[in-house]
Amino acid sequence: MIEVKNLHKSFSGVEVLKGISTNFEKGKTNLIIGQSGSGKTVFLKCLLGLFNYEEGSIAYDGKIFSQLTEDEKRNLRAEIGMVFQGSALFDSMTIAENVMFPLQMFADQSKSEMEDRVDFVLKRVNLDNAHNKMPSEASGGMQKRVAIARAIVNNPKYLFCDEPNSGLDPKTAIVIDNLIQEITDEYQITTVINSHDMNSVMEIGEKIVFLKDGLKAWEGSNKTIFKTDNEVVTDFVYSSELMKKVRQMYIEEKQ
Amino acid sequence: MTYLHNIGAYFLMIVEMFRKPTKWSVMKKLIFKDIDDLIIGSLGIIAFISFFVGGVITIQTALNINNPLIPKYLVGFATKQSIILEFAPTFTSIIMAGKVGSFITSSIGTMRVTEQIDALEVMGINSLNYLVLPKTIALFLYPFAIAIGMFLGILGGMAACVFGGYTSLEDYVLGIQTDFEAFHIIYSFIKTFVFAFLLATIPSFHGYYMKGGALEVGKASTTSFVWTSVVIILINYILTDMMLGS
Ligand SMILES: Nc1ncnc2c1ncn2[C@@H]1O[C@H](COP(=O)(O)OP(=O)(O)OP(=O)(O)O)[C@@H](O)[C@H]1O
Ligand SMILES: [Mg+2]
Repeated sequence: MIEVKNLHKSFSGVEVLKGISTNFEKGKTNLIIGQSGSGKTVFLKCLLGLFNYEEGSIAYDGKIFSQLTEDEKRNLRAEIGMVFQGSALFDSMTIAENVMFPLQMFADQSKSEMEDRVDFVLKRVNLDNAHNKMPSEASGGMQKRVAIARAIVNNPKYLFCDEPNSGLDPKTAIVIDNLIQEITDEYQITTVINSHDMNSVMEIGEKIVFLKDGLKAWEGSNKTIFKTDNEVVTDFVYSSELMKKVRQMYIEEKQ
Repeated sequence: MTYLHNIGAYFLMIVEMFRKPTKWSVMKKLIFKDIDDLIIGSLGIIAFISFFVGGVITIQTALNINNPLIPKYLVGFATKQSIILEFAPTFTSIIMAGKVGSFITSSIGTMRVTEQIDALEVMGINSLNYLVLPKTIALFLYPFAIAIGMFLGILGGMAACVFGGYTSLEDYVLGIQTDFEAFHIIYSFIKTFVFAFLLATIPSFHGYYMKGGALEVGKASTTSFVWTSVVIILINYILTDMMLGS
């Protein structure tokens, strides 16, 4: 479980996060949603300690991150998997080497065990035949999937995904969503996902935190998000024509 | 104020570089790759420049001492001294600040802007140790490249003498052997070691701590070249004064 209390973060005087408190539970897919520029990425990077914040605290299973020593922080991070919004693959390594990298750094496995594991995770993200490609030779969607494979290869305790299925076709996006949910459940990972994809919200939003202008505007789950009267949320949820129609049908059905 | 801040940050970087070391099996591969990129990849240009500059130094010296009272072997002597004391260690290093330095800054800077350094850190890897230490260790071989440069420079001088008809081969060789001081070689290699360390760490510093996008990577490479050269020239002065001055 990750507990966030009163998180404030500003860039050169401009406050981007204005005091956010929430919890992310273990074994659940926790979604952070909100418009572009609402502070999702900044929030995630604060959780990971990549950004310093002025106020607030973040606790990983009771351990307050800012109170850890550098070495303790690194040991904690070895248990974290992260998918960056821009994938952040190592461009001097092939796809297979990228995925193997966390294993090489931390796991005590033989070369063939590592290779088997890499094959396994690459298969799970539907990438069987791309082992020897360089990241620059892969499409954006493929890079995303490699990034996901790299994040989960070492069985992390905490998984962070910054828009894991943006840039993917609807079918692959669902495969990725389901994959994230499956492994979250299977290995009881604390998973935090940034998204503005309504499909993901419906599919895997076991807990949803809605950010707007640096504040938590709403909190709930995919069961409650369609019932809420919170205008900010309904504005976001029903912004597309498709969703408006779905809502209309839902209301008509009820009558 | 920002200068002081940067100097402080530079020394902190060097300390941080040695903490939480990367697995040796991984580090070994990184070191070999950097030796290939930074040292082997520079041998060609070092050889080319040394040979021809050696030739030019000889010609200039020969043309400037046409007084018949000055012995001919002085041409070889002067060439040897300038190549071993200054040209090979210092000026080659300035050229390397351009070649190796901008390569280091732009490759680390690109990793910074594409979040690859963040990705390393998030995995719990000490990214300074992973990125900068192997380059620093690889550049410990830099003195070998400089030794080759010294040899080829003196050889280039010899070729210029003989083919240009400035002095005889015997006079040139005699000049090289005249007043041979082992301490000059030691002085020269101590300088080279220090420059190698600067060549690895100053460009790394500029790449690692840069902010912004692709445009800033280019700017950082330029700044890194300027600072590496300036520091090399200053340290050269200080070391020379300390070791050769009386
Ligand atoms: N490094 C930075 N320096 C200054 N301002 C920043 C920085 N990173 C983000 N910001 C600002 O913080 C705000 C939130 O950005 P953030 O990247 O978190 O948005 P987001 O919710 O992730 O958007 P998107 O859905 O487009 O990815 C933006 O106004 C942005 O300009
Ligand atoms: Mg974002």
